Amino acid sequence: MSTLRMGRRLPQRTVPRALMALGALVALGFVAVNAAIGYVVIDGRLDGQWYDVRDLGIGVQELREWLDDRNADQPGFLDFLGQHWISYAVTALLGATGILSVVGGALLILIWVERRLIGRMQIRRGPNRVGPYGLLQPVADAVKLIQKEVLMPRGADKVLFLLPPALIFIPMIVAWGPIPWGRQMAYLDIHVGILFLIAISSLTTLVIFMAGWSSNNHYALLGAMRTIAMMISYEIPLSIALLSVVLLSGSMQLSTIVEWQSTHNVWLAALLPLAMFTFFFSSTAELNRTPNDIAEAESEIVAGFHTEYSGMKFGLIFVVELGNTLVVAALTGTLFLGGWSLFGLEEWIPGYLILGAKISAAYFLLVWLRGTLPRFRLDQLMKFAWQFLIPLSLINLLVVAAQASIFARWQVEGVVSLGLFAIVNWAAAIILVREWARRMGYRPEREAVRQPILTQGVGGLQAARRLGASELGTRA
Amino acid sequence: MDSAGIIVAFWLLSAIAVGSAVGVFLARNLIHAVMLLVLSFVATAGLFVTLSADFIAAAQVLIYAGAIPVLMVFAVMLTPLAGRDNGNSLYVVPGVLLGGAFAVIVAIVAIDAEWGAAGAAALAGQSFATTADAIGDALMGRYVLAFEVASVLLLAALIGAIVLVREDEPA
Repeated sequence: MSTLRMGRRLPQRTVPRALMALGALVALGFVAVNAAIGYVVIDGRLDGQWYDVRDLGIGVQELREWLDDRNADQPGFLDFLGQHWISYAVTALLGATGILSVVGGALLILIWVERRLIGRMQIRRGPNRVGPYGLLQPVADAVKLIQKEVLMPRGADKVLFLLPPALIFIPMIVAWGPIPWGRQMAYLDIHVGILFLIAISSLTTLVIFMAGWSSNNHYALLGAMRTIAMMISYEIPLSIALLSVVLLSGSMQLSTIVEWQSTHNVWLAALLPLAMFTFFFSSTAELNRTPNDIAEAESEIVAGFHTEYSGMKFGLIFVVELGNTLVVAALTGTLFLGGWSLFGLEEWIPGYLILGAKISAAYFLLVWLRGTLPRFRLDQLMKFAWQFLIPLSLINLLVVAAQASIFARWQVEGVVSLGLFAIVNWAAAIILVREWARRMGYRPEREAVRQPILTQGVGGLQAARRLGASELGTRA
Repeated sequence: MDSAGIIVAFWLLSAIAVGSAVGVFLARNLIHAVMLLVLSFVATAGLFVTLSADFIAAAQVLIYAGAIPVLMVFAVMLTPLAGRDNGNSLYVVPGVLLGGAFAVIVAIVAIDAEWGAAGAAALAGQSFATTADAIGDALMGRYVLAFEVASVLLLAALIGAIVLVREDEPA
């Protein structure tokens, strides 16, 4: 009896049936479109050849030709169905679903990958209980988050409080558009790709403010202000670093930048080391990742702009941060590591596999940074942006601009001029960083190397075995 | 130009832009007004996209939807004496007058302009794939003086802001 009474007291279902039915329909449609993509890819529907569905250029062409053929067979067919925009709409839908599926699947896996890697770096095992090797841990986390109570702070601005977990997804997903996965294989290969990416990523600041302000909580608002101040500070060196890429390759279109690297057989990371460092470091600030995650450092302060979000809303914000990390890895791979090209190997290996490998490498680097580096204090972070990164990247931009105009004006052999540029840029980067750091008063610590303190933890015993028993004996 | 998608996009984006602009005026909460203003700017950027002006659309999002609202938000949050509500004030009358005058000017220009010369038929032969190149050439070539004057003005504003917020060094 008592259990029944308790059961009756449980809160009623709050989500309307119609909304649930709509959600189920959307999910079914998503699965169906994915199945269609799989069918087309595996079956080779498009005239019996291997096509990647994300190869939208070919897709549009095929559909247009098919429509024209049908129109030739039955006159008036095209008038009835509308015009050629149908082919664009269909391929746009397929491409968007492809991106959503790839990114969504990657996010599910990468939560596990990141936790395992961090675990290994901290000499523990990481999640290994749910499923084989703990692979189902992200699913379990999501189920747990969905089950949690949905909290709304008293006095919160309802609309602005509920919007950010959804809105914050938009820049993350849209940023995948201009990234080319192969020759003619970008979803949104616009001419101003890099400007578009900077513009889209700057929208995140506003969403973060929305979340912090509407929570009606001082800590959330302060956290939002902290994050915004950090993000708009680091946007400047990031944009300047990207500008030097644009100057040297002569285009803002991401596919053209990759083509440039492919034709000159060079990665821009070799030519623009300082720009790549600036981009990578500023991105970690934009992403709120260690070493620049003081704005929401869980172990030191209240968690920043998403303090008041609970359950799956927090989960969404968390997942978007991971997705943005992946976007930065993809951008690093595309802009600085040659994208889908690999010195001629792209003739034999599909481009998206090469880019995928580069994304994984850059992502591993980001996880590695998170696992090893300590946090900066907020004032150190701001000082580093304004007094170190911005002046250095401005000087670097001037050097690169001179090189770009030399490269554009005199038709020197690419190997000679680009080799010279690489030597000059590496030397300039090393000298600039050293001298500027000396001027700023950053010095390497000159303390004596301390003996490691050996504990009985896992790592301690291993270290003890490495050092040998005799040394352990002297310390004990 | 006149395909169904463009027409639908134009009316949808125009409705969003005008509706949210009206919302800016009617919203009682200042932050809501700022957010509606952002929506209006984004819809305007979409209108630029339908005109194949990709560079201007990206710049519109970057500056008007990304940077200026942050400035407004900081202004609202960091000035303790400013009211948080978007109620009536003495500025309504001059604001309405200015807006009306601007609308009249735009209407006169729109009626006066020869749309045939800039219509779809006249522009069909020209390629608009590279607006960024054309804009860059114009800024660095013909209008370089205005460009440089604007950059000097911005530099002066930057230095002025640094001087204003700088702490006095102990003597």
